[in-house]
Amino acid sequence: MSAKIVTITSGKGGVGKTTAVANIAVALASLGARVCCIDGDIGLRNLDVVMGLENRIVYDIVDVIEGRCRLRQAMIRDKRLPELYLIPAAQTRDKSAVSPSDMVRLGDELRNEVDWVLIDSPAGIERGFRNSIAAADQVLVITNPEVSAVRDADRVIGLLEAEEKGSPSLILNRLNPSMVRNHDMLSAEDVLDLLAIRLIGVVPEDENVIVGTNRGTPIALEPKSIAGQAFRNIARRMCGEDVPFLELDNKGSLWARIQRMTGRK
Amino acid sequence: MDEQTVPVQIKGLRDGLLITIGNGEWAALEAALLEQIHARQSFFRGARIALDVGSHILRVNELVALRDRLSDRGVSLWAVLSESPTTEKTAQLLGLATRISKPRPEETRKFAVDDLGNATALFVNKTLRSGTRIEFPGHVVVVGDINPGAEVVAGGNVIVWGRVRGMVHAGAKGDSSAYICALDLSPAQLRIAEEVSAILTPLKSPRPEIASINQDGKLQSSPWEPG
Repeated sequence: MSAKIVTITSGKGGVGKTTAVANIAVALASLGARVCCIDGDIGLRNLDVVMGLENRIVYDIVDVIEGRCRLRQAMIRDKRLPELYLIPAAQTRDKSAVSPSDMVRLGDELRNEVDWVLIDSPAGIERGFRNSIAAADQVLVITNPEVSAVRDADRVIGLLEAEEKGSPSLILNRLNPSMVRNHDMLSAEDVLDLLAIRLIGVVPEDENVIVGTNRGTPIALEPKSIAGQAFRNIARRMCGEDVPFLELDNKGSLWARIQRMTGRK
Repeated sequence: MDEQTVPVQIKGLRDGLLITIGNGEWAALEAALLEQIHARQSFFRGARIALDVGSHILRVNELVALRDRLSDRGVSLWAVLSESPTTEKTAQLLGLATRISKPRPEETRKFAVDDLGNATALFVNKTLRSGTRIEFPGHVVVVGDINPGAEVVAGGNVIVWGRVRGMVHAGAKGDSSAYICALDLSPAQLRIAEEVSAILTPLKSPRPEIASINQDGKLQSSPWEPG
């Protein structure tokens, strides 16, 4: 079977690209798929840290491209899931070490090895971004419900359309339902209204995501976490399943209504 | 082969090779170029080339394919020079340079607007996303939204069948009788001729509006009344 190559990008930094790649990869691998993540942020690598694989790095993506090792040697196997791999970025080089055609070749080589290739794009719209999307069959744009992040996502979507990459799908990350309810935050509808692309997932704000990131244990491994559930749902939607969106706003529940009436919320 | 029929000319530059591609069918020219490279492998290995494609219009996938074929042969494509704005845009999208140290004389792009007087409009049938800028000497008609961060600058009027949330400048060459109308006018900023306005009170329930310069010389908007 030939792998599908998916790039996750955002334009703006710090909206959760790396976290999303780690979690979706873990979720896909938990569904039994063979997954390989590529850290496209050469010079500022951190996908390895988020996945807890930092201490296993021997070879990196630039070593593969420059022929210092075979592809298999640079694929670090995850310690929890047997069919999850990571190709880390080089820390001592920069984006110019890789060209878009290098990425296309690397992607084609990986197609025979796994079912999914997830590429973590760096922030920005320059060389690193171009490299990351060069090989992609599908692009997921991730954004936060913040005006600046949405503006950058809009720009990236425009660039992707110009590159004839087809319409990307949207992940809305770090949504805080109670802030939306008080009209202090853009709602999913507001964001979709502007960006006008397919929504593939809404991830609620959750402190445990940060804890997981720091420990190198992606939250999608926690069965009880709602953010983890959101990432697992994204993975299932990527596989073509029709999964309903999580009910994040619990204002409809009886208890919440009582709380509101008594002024406790 | 005399000079006229040579499809591919190669010239040394200070920082690489300049390859000029002649006229004709692109596929044949590309094949001729690759053949040249194949015939003189040792000369081309590791070379850095700038490609002057003249008036050929190249799409992203064609240029990507060529770049990959070149890099398979150890040749890196560094710049694409072109007379066609489409090709230039393509090259820029791929992160290739479109100028080398000695730029070709810049041709001023002239639209055939003057001959037609007021009758020309640019028709844009898509949503303009952040970072897009449209400049046109005549009128501009947009079917779609103008998102925040997008800009439309027109010599004439601007008509938007959609929402305006970016920047629109009508009558950019000084025509203060120009107007802007849209189904929902809630822009970051509007300009007509020299007037700039950022204080258009957004309506609670959006409806079609038209913005123009009133008798006092101020930019104002008013709801569009049918009939």
